[in-house]
Amino acid sequence: MSLSKIKFDKKIVLSFWIILIALIIAAPTLLPVFRLNLLGRYLSLSIVALGVDLIWGFTGLLSLGQGIFFALGGYCAAMYLQITSSSEFPNNIPEFFALYGVEKLPFFWEPFRSPVFAFFAIWIIPALVAGLIGFLVFRNRIKGVYFSILTQASLLVFFNFFNGQQKLINGTNGLKTDVTQLFGQMVGSESMQRIFFWITAILVIAAWFFAKWVVKGRFGNILIGIRDDEPRVRFTGYNPVIFKTIIFSIAGGLAGISGALYTVQSGIVSPQFMTVPFSIEMVIWVAVGGRGTLLGAILGAVFINYAKSLVSEALPASWMFIQGGLFILVVTALPEGVLGWIQGDGPRNFLQKFGLKRKIETYPSLEVNNKEGNNE
Amino acid sequence: MNNKDLLKLIEITVSFEGFLALNKLNLNLKKGELRAVIGPNGAGKTTFLDVITGKVKPTKGDVIFKGKSLIGRREHKIARLGVGRKFQSPRIFENLTVKENLEISVTTPKSPLNLINKSIKDEQLNEIERLMKIVNLSQKVYSKAGSLSHGQKQWLEIAMLVGQKPDLMLVDEPVAGLTDEETDLTADLLKSLSGENTVVVIDHDMEFIRRLDSNVSVLNQGTVLCEGTMETIQKDKKVIDVYLGRPED
Repeated sequence: MSLSKIKFDKKIVLSFWIILIALIIAAPTLLPVFRLNLLGRYLSLSIVALGVDLIWGFTGLLSLGQGIFFALGGYCAAMYLQITSSSEFPNNIPEFFALYGVEKLPFFWEPFRSPVFAFFAIWIIPALVAGLIGFLVFRNRIKGVYFSILTQASLLVFFNFFNGQQKLINGTNGLKTDVTQLFGQMVGSESMQRIFFWITAILVIAAWFFAKWVVKGRFGNILIGIRDDEPRVRFTGYNPVIFKTIIFSIAGGLAGISGALYTVQSGIVSPQFMTVPFSIEMVIWVAVGGRGTLLGAILGAVFINYAKSLVSEALPASWMFIQGGLFILVVTALPEGVLGWIQGDGPRNFLQKFGLKRKIETYPSLEVNNKEGNNE
Repeated sequence: MNNKDLLKLIEITVSFEGFLALNKLNLNLKKGELRAVIGPNGAGKTTFLDVITGKVKPTKGDVIFKGKSLIGRREHKIARLGVGRKFQSPRIFENLTVKENLEISVTTPKSPLNLINKSIKDEQLNEIERLMKIVNLSQKVYSKAGSLSHGQKQWLEIAMLVGQKPDLMLVDEPVAGLTDEETDLTADLLKSLSGENTVVVIDHDMEFIRRLDSNVSVLNQGTVLCEGTMETIQKDKKVIDVYLGRPED
């Protein structure tokens, strides 16, 4: 039997979840704080990767600008933390304003005094911005490589704008969060980092289930239809513009949550979140993990980033070559990504090459279901 | 003005950078009619469908469907008004199963909210089963559409078209690449659909058109050359010159 045909029975699924939850609970005691913090950051990146998988893997929209929404979420979280921790600074406004002689808080900071507003802003603002950009682009039927170029151009516009706004958001220096206070505790403290790790782990699972719910059933089928043959969807009476706008907006919201979690765990948000390579890396995680598999996006984001930090510690400067090689390997040998390869016919074809498995002569589905099934 | 006319094309002209794909084309279709459209390559047959379904905007002229002009409406709105189209090569969603393909076509309303919130209605499931029986795909419910044979793909697309419940079905070369037996079955299927539905069939295959036993419009150089039954057009001098003059098989 190939791996894809294994029917996971309830006991296996249940024990998988028990082990996973036990690992999440135990991780803070098993791992040193430094490693735990890294794992937490990489887990938060897997949420933005889930969004990339929804728009690229399922809907065929290759966005190279997810960094915009990721950074927006990060900025929303950082602005809230800065403003609630600014009581001892001059004028009761965040410290950096004094550097530029700003005495009055810019108007758009005001609502961030409210924790409720900040909680919603983290995902709704990126989702709205994504929805707006998406709607304008999709309505004009901009597709394929033009869409990718346009998203990358938007990313550069945002990057340059944020870089230049010292007096509004501290420009290129970004906003620090590690010395701010949340619920009377220092955000950068060990105990807070542990809590952030748990929150991240829970939100990754929640985001995974949410993404699975979105793509299951007829809604997900329309997304796949748009990916494979958009005009056909249109002639069947669906308006692809609305579907694409919704899914792009969802991916933007996920990116925002991801950015906020990443910010509080790395201690700073800056326009560096909106650099071109970082947004391309997000696409690579999904490509390597497996497009259209969701779980592949999570695993890709976590494993590639963990590998990146381990390799960079041992052999600095070699990581870029490894990442490039990985991407070439996936594009040429595993177009479906690692998880896509495992779920497809990959393992069987691989075993056949070494004579470890009998060659199939008719359709794979017939052979596996009938002949092989009876033999075993 | 005849109220029974479901579709009227009035003086439609389509110009692609000076080349007239359609030139003052006039065509009327009655409700419940089965109409075959033939013509040599480049006569404008596919452009004619593109104009009705909103893919191509005519340079001049008007398309009236159920008393409303279709010009300027977007493709999905025209589809919702009741114009269904089957493409020349089978256009189905290969990565979805047969059942999922049909679900996409029978689902109403076609809004995102309806799709994500609610499960499919029972009557729509029954409709899917009925359609699969008609086109002999009941055994393939959960097969990926991409794994079907060419003929089965053509039939799945016809079933998807019927599932949309359009008032007007535009069928572009439904028998291209089918075996003789499949061709006969398709002709019978299309004949059985007319009456209740209005069907326009475009094809080259003269045997197939003859079997449809319907009125035929002959297009040439973007305009209607001749209209009538198969017998009439076969005797028409102009038609023989441009089209039927070639040896028939």
